[in-house]
Amino acid sequence: MTTNNSDKNNESQQGEPMNTASSSLADVSKQRASQKQPGSAPMGTGLEARGIHAWFGSHLALEDVSLDFAAGTVTALIGPSGCGKSTFIRTINRMHEFIPSAAMAGEVLLDGKDVYAPGTDVTKIRLQIGMVFQKPNPFPSMTIGENVLSGLKLAQLKVDNKEELLEECLVRAGLWNEVKDRLGAHAGGLSGGQQQRLCIARSLAVQPKVLLMDEPCSALDPGSTLRIEETISELSKSMTIIIVTHNMQQAARVSDYTAFFLSEGGPGRMVEVGPTTEIFTRPRDIKTENYVSGRFG
Amino acid sequence: MTMTQVKPQRPWKATPREITTSFGVVASAAAISYLLVLLTGLKGKIGFILSFIIIATILQVAVGVRKFGRKALGDNIAASLIYVGAALVFLPVFSILYMAVAKGAAGLHPSLFTETMFNASFLDPIDKGGLLHALVGTMYLIIIAMIISVPMGILTALYLTEIKGPAAGFIQFIVQAMSGVPSVVAGLFIFTSVILITPLKTSAATGALALAILMIPTVTRTSQEVLLLVPHDLREAGLALGATQWKTVATIVVPAARNGLITATILGIARIAGETAPLIFTIGGADKLNLNPFKDYQSALPFYVWKGLTLGTPESLQRAWTGILILLILVLTLFVAARTLGGKKMGK
Amino acid sequence: MYKIHPMTLLENKSAATPAPREITTKPRVSDKIFRGVVTSFGMSALVILTLIGGFLAVRGIQTFHSQGWSFLTSYKWDVTVDDAGVTTNHLGVGAMLIGTVLVSIVALVVGVPLSIAMALFLTFYAPARLKTILVSIVDLMAAFPSVLFGLWGFFVLMPMATYWAKLIFKYLSWIPIFNAPEPFFERSPFIAGLVLAIMIIPIVTSVSREVFAQTPLDRIQAAYALGATKWGMIKAVVFPFGSSGVVGGAMLGLGRAFGETVAVYTVLNIVFAPNWHVLFGSGGNIASLIILKWGEATGDETTALLAAGFILFVMTLVVNMFANFIVRQTLKSGK
Repeated sequence: MTTNNSDKNNESQQGEPMNTASSSLADVSKQRASQKQPGSAPMGTGLEARGIHAWFGSHLALEDVSLDFAAGTVTALIGPSGCGKSTFIRTINRMHEFIPSAAMAGEVLLDGKDVYAPGTDVTKIRLQIGMVFQKPNPFPSMTIGENVLSGLKLAQLKVDNKEELLEECLVRAGLWNEVKDRLGAHAGGLSGGQQQRLCIARSLAVQPKVLLMDEPCSALDPGSTLRIEETISELSKSMTIIIVTHNMQQAARVSDYTAFFLSEGGPGRMVEVGPTTEIFTRPRDIKTENYVSGRFG
Repeated sequence: MTMTQVKPQRPWKATPREITTSFGVVASAAAISYLLVLLTGLKGKIGFILSFIIIATILQVAVGVRKFGRKALGDNIAASLIYVGAALVFLPVFSILYMAVAKGAAGLHPSLFTETMFNASFLDPIDKGGLLHALVGTMYLIIIAMIISVPMGILTALYLTEIKGPAAGFIQFIVQAMSGVPSVVAGLFIFTSVILITPLKTSAATGALALAILMIPTVTRTSQEVLLLVPHDLREAGLALGATQWKTVATIVVPAARNGLITATILGIARIAGETAPLIFTIGGADKLNLNPFKDYQSALPFYVWKGLTLGTPESLQRAWTGILILLILVLTLFVAARTLGGKKMGK
Repeated sequence: MYKIHPMTLLENKSAATPAPREITTKPRVSDKIFRGVVTSFGMSALVILTLIGGFLAVRGIQTFHSQGWSFLTSYKWDVTVDDAGVTTNHLGVGAMLIGTVLVSIVALVVGVPLSIAMALFLTFYAPARLKTILVSIVDLMAAFPSVLFGLWGFFVLMPMATYWAKLIFKYLSWIPIFNAPEPFFERSPFIAGLVLAIMIIPIVTSVSREVFAQTPLDRIQAAYALGATKWGMIKAVVFPFGSSGVVGGAMLGLGRAFGETVAVYTVLNIVFAPNWHVLFGSGGNIASLIILKWGEATGDETTALLAAGFILFVMTLVVNMFANFIVRQTLKSGK
């Protein structure tokens, strides 16, 4: 994984002792590193973002972000609100362009091919790069079962055994036991955490190679949050996951790599990226250190 | 320090290749349809348009499916139908405007605005007589209707937004129901309740009463929307200064909503300026100038048009077209004025 | 220093939370007057509506007395005076009711799909820069005077529609509704329905557009994120959300169609006979009946027309109330 050290940084002192808050994060992070197992299912060769810029009208919101996401890894994007993390992941699955005044520059390579290449079928891209949103958004007019399989219906994909796929997705999302007897019930009757897991199952049904998660737990209680984090760990064995989070402990718990974004009144930039354990114990940039130790943000 | 001179791009917009393909689809469809009309028994314009739509859709779908697969089928057919539907709606609008101008303009002449039909008959050619009496009548109708409807409408809106009494929900419902009253019924009502019973007989005033019934709900509804837009902080500021509610509303809320309330009035006027049916029962229709709005028959623009239309001769129809052109210009002017005053809110 | 006995603390706790105080104020006189004035005006709408219904009912009741229920069902409208000067009235609006229904059905069948297409176009397909202008054009239609539709309908639409009617008759007359006892296609319910369709499009489009525009963005994004095409998204998210709102809008259009007078009068041949053949030039609707007969109505006929007006009032009131209820429910619940 290439670490991208933007030349505009102020280098921090190396290896300075951190305060207690970061040490506990560091412990969690180290724990995570030891649990990682190599993935088994074919999942493509990963995702590369090169020189991503994003505009809203004439306002530059994101500047020159380059990141590599190796297959089978979990990368957390951390940083204060408004520094472009959500905008960044929306340029990856081409949701950014729905905003009328949006513009971008740069490339996003999925398995080596630019998703913005002229003539690309954008709906196919979104099948391969799925997204889970901050607020759970199951389709209220559909049952639980229909929700999970809705992606197939929308893409008009034929699947031999729908029930099998349905069960598999719900199992992987950690929801099967709770809903297996009421697949015909309406999705609105589930709790927030259950709805979010339903949304995860829904994304899984189209078998994406990459899953983008935009603060998936920020609207949920701690119990559901933990459950979803377990799910993320499991899922990362068969796909690449990019998760935006405000919760640093969460980043430390689930991710292999962490990228720190910051906007200092101007466009958002990526300050530093590296293995999670290092970002939390020995960040190279003073701004990263200040953030992870809680001095701001 | 950033040296980005990177240009913003929109890679999702149609590429030149895609645009050429679309052009090709349209051109081929047009050509094929033309040939079909020439060579087969397909008749005229309708045949051409129908076959053009069908062939263009088929070609578009073929292109889409080749590029994107099966799901493009539904997407492209739906898009075709939607575009066709929208075009079908725009066509009559432009046709109506075109006809009104084309036919109506033929009858325009200066004395139209200075003479009445007192010395001319509807069967005479249009350069005899004019519609001054109708203009005066419409003006009276608008003014009297305004005097009645605007205070009532705004006060009702104030009740709904400022006082919000226990009956507010019910009143809201009633106002909406009132906006559905057919114009015929409004005219009939004024006939039975005012003309038959009270000393006030068929005149501009009774016409205005009927129109007021139609105007009040429009003014109320728009005023209500506008008053709700006034930020609550303004009201609280006034009350916190110790002002009574009445003072707060009169000196702070209403002036803040002033533009919107004017817009509401203009929209109300536009609504009733073109109404014909209620006038049939309430103003009688005169051919001469009547400067007394409370006595004797009166004419009005819509009535003038109606009369020309129902008489049916070429001369009277010409009067009808010219009259409707004038009326249309009036209504459109009001409409544009309301839009400009109302600003962004209206054009959402 | 004193010791706090544990029991003392417990005892003091029994004070519990006090009951909320009633907050009252004595309004100033000017405010009392203000509230009084505004409230009475607020009630005015209710008063007017009741008066309308009341007057028409009271006046029209005589007709119900003399004609009975046949007023609603009979197709005849004659006033005969025999040699002794005795008038017999056979007045019935049955044919007009049938005509109203038929014309309204045509208007809905043609107008609602077009309105939905237009609303979808404006919300999801129109280029952003053109959208405001296009919306204004549709709203402009609502401002056209109805007599303009009558003129245009008669001179422009009718020749074309008569031709279409002939075509439809030629190929589809095996379907009963498209059959006709004679090949007389001018001023038919079909043509009147077409004119009405154009007149109701602005209101149905406006309501549909408002509902479509309020489709929750997160659901739209969820559909796109799953790889849906635009139409796929519309089917999965917009229609389930907005369907009842569109129904409400269609009902508002229906209410407008019921009450439309001068436009229909011009393009419809009013005949006092029941006619379910859309293409055949014979029909009627209650509103046009009233203005048709008004000029030369006898005293009894006038009363009958007032009764017809009452029926029209009730019909439109019911439809409108129901429609408004549905539309508000959709917008409120944000289902």
